[in-house]
Amino acid sequence: MEKVYEPAIHLNHVDFQIGDSKIIQNITGSFPKGKITTLVGPSGAGKTTLLKMCNGLISPTAGEIFIHNELISTYNPVDLRRNVGMALQSAPMIKGTVYENLELPLKLQNKKLAETGAISYLGDVGLDRSFLNKNAVDLSGGQRQKVSIARTLVNQSEILLLDEITSALDRASVKEIEELIVKINNKYNVTMIWITHNLEQALKIGHYTWVLMKGEVIETGESKLLENPQNELVKRFVQGVME
Amino acid sequence: MSYLALSLTLIFVLIPLILSKTLNLGLEKDTFIATVRSIIQLLAVGYVLKFVFDSEHLIYIFLMIALMIGTATLNARKKGKSIDGITWKIAFTLLTVEVLTQGIILGFQIVPATAQYIIPISGMIIGNSMVLSILFLNRFTAEMSAHRDQVELILSLGGTPKQATHHQLISAIKASMIPTIESQKTIGLVQLPGMMSGQIIAGADPIQAVQFQLLIVFILLTTAAMSSIFLGFLSYPTLFNDRMQMLKEKF
Ligand SMILES: Nc1ncnc2c1ncn2[C@@H]1O[C@H](COP(=O)(O)OP(=O)(O)OP(=O)(O)O)[C@@H](O)[C@H]1O
Ligand SMILES: [Mg+2]
Repeated sequence: MEKVYEPAIHLNHVDFQIGDSKIIQNITGSFPKGKITTLVGPSGAGKTTLLKMCNGLISPTAGEIFIHNELISTYNPVDLRRNVGMALQSAPMIKGTVYENLELPLKLQNKKLAETGAISYLGDVGLDRSFLNKNAVDLSGGQRQKVSIARTLVNQSEILLLDEITSALDRASVKEIEELIVKINNKYNVTMIWITHNLEQALKIGHYTWVLMKGEVIETGESKLLENPQNELVKRFVQGVME
Repeated sequence: MSYLALSLTLIFVLIPLILSKTLNLGLEKDTFIATVRSIIQLLAVGYVLKFVFDSEHLIYIFLMIALMIGTATLNARKKGKSIDGITWKIAFTLLTVEVLTQGIILGFQIVPATAQYIIPISGMIIGNSMVLSILFLNRFTAEMSAHRDQVELILSLGGTPKQATHHQLISAIKASMIPTIESQKTIGLVQLPGMMSGQIIAGADPIQAVQFQLLIVFILLTTAAMSSIFLGFLSYPTLFNDRMQMLKEKF
């Protein structure tokens, strides 16, 4: 990554430890502004943990995180989380309708979401207006994931953290969501950090990629590194996923 | 009641003991302990009350109330171990509910301000408040661990801890109040309330007894509402740190 870029998020010797187990170990690096960076790596590598630290849901036990060059702890947590939006891996829904779920980010600010707005967000993720009054508990896993993505967009954050947002989707829907994310990235210059188990996806839509294993970043660079990894462990990981 | 009559009541202890023995329920020991404890505790309270009523000293009334709050707190706090400072939070809740309720009763001179009224009514207020606290804490901690993903979701979208726990708080408050409200709906139809029964057996005019019972019913409703709401608003902040993060070990 020899190109000069402005970091949206910068990590400096970041650790995350619970009890004696180190979940994130000494990670240093930047997520460039306006770019899509993918995070790949085996289950339990610490990808979700890393994203949660960037959204302030948890704090590093050592090291510093900077958001737009300001120390993360200088932000008010509420402002931080609105600016650095996150779609959680489990795509949780609150009790109520799809509409109430979409309105949630605004309701937390005592604002309302117009029905037309809600329909347009649903359209973005490929759901029609008939979903609006559906009970969120009746959604399929894939539909829930779509609503979760739409809901994350409502805050119109400058940085989006996407945790395996297409893992439960069919091929056509995956493509639709990929196009949506690329479009948002292009149109609004939103910085994206996208965790995926789908390496083709990482290659196709990510500008940069980080490979995490056992809490450490073992290779980073432009996404095409996945085609020809240098590190022996990454090579084996890529072969394992691709075959 | 004569002491002979009182001793005959032990027949009612023998029946469960014999049943437990023959059916192998294994409840003999607990039944025995419960019997002995109730004899000792109630007789002791009886003598203490007699002493307090006779001495007419305010200090004894305060001591009795402090004792009630202390015992109730120690009993209720077992249910809220995950909440920091739960002992003081429960004690504060019980004390506030007691002071507010007694303030209204005595302030409006609904009953005379004598130990004979203050102590039994305090017992009911504090006892009910304790039960409500236990019900609330049970439900609240269960709700929080069942819905931690929703709590995390709301935080992740820029919600405050208060917004993130709102739903769980409300349903725990509601759930803890329902038994009190429901039991008042059928009151008198199935079971006569203990205090009223006691008064009637002791020879009081039933109408008079009913009036006191109504006072108690209304007191129980207000203590139910106050206890769980106070405790709720004292409890939820301790589940988060000042960065609005969930304290994992508490969920
Ligand atoms: N609160 C926690 N308490 C204990 N261990 C935790 C906690 N959170 C995460 N871990 C552990 O940290 C490691 C990394 O978890 P993380 O969720 O970040 O992995 P991941 O890379 O997102 O995995 P996946 O691809 O399966 O989602 C795992 O071993 C997990 O068990
Ligand atoms: Mg994960």
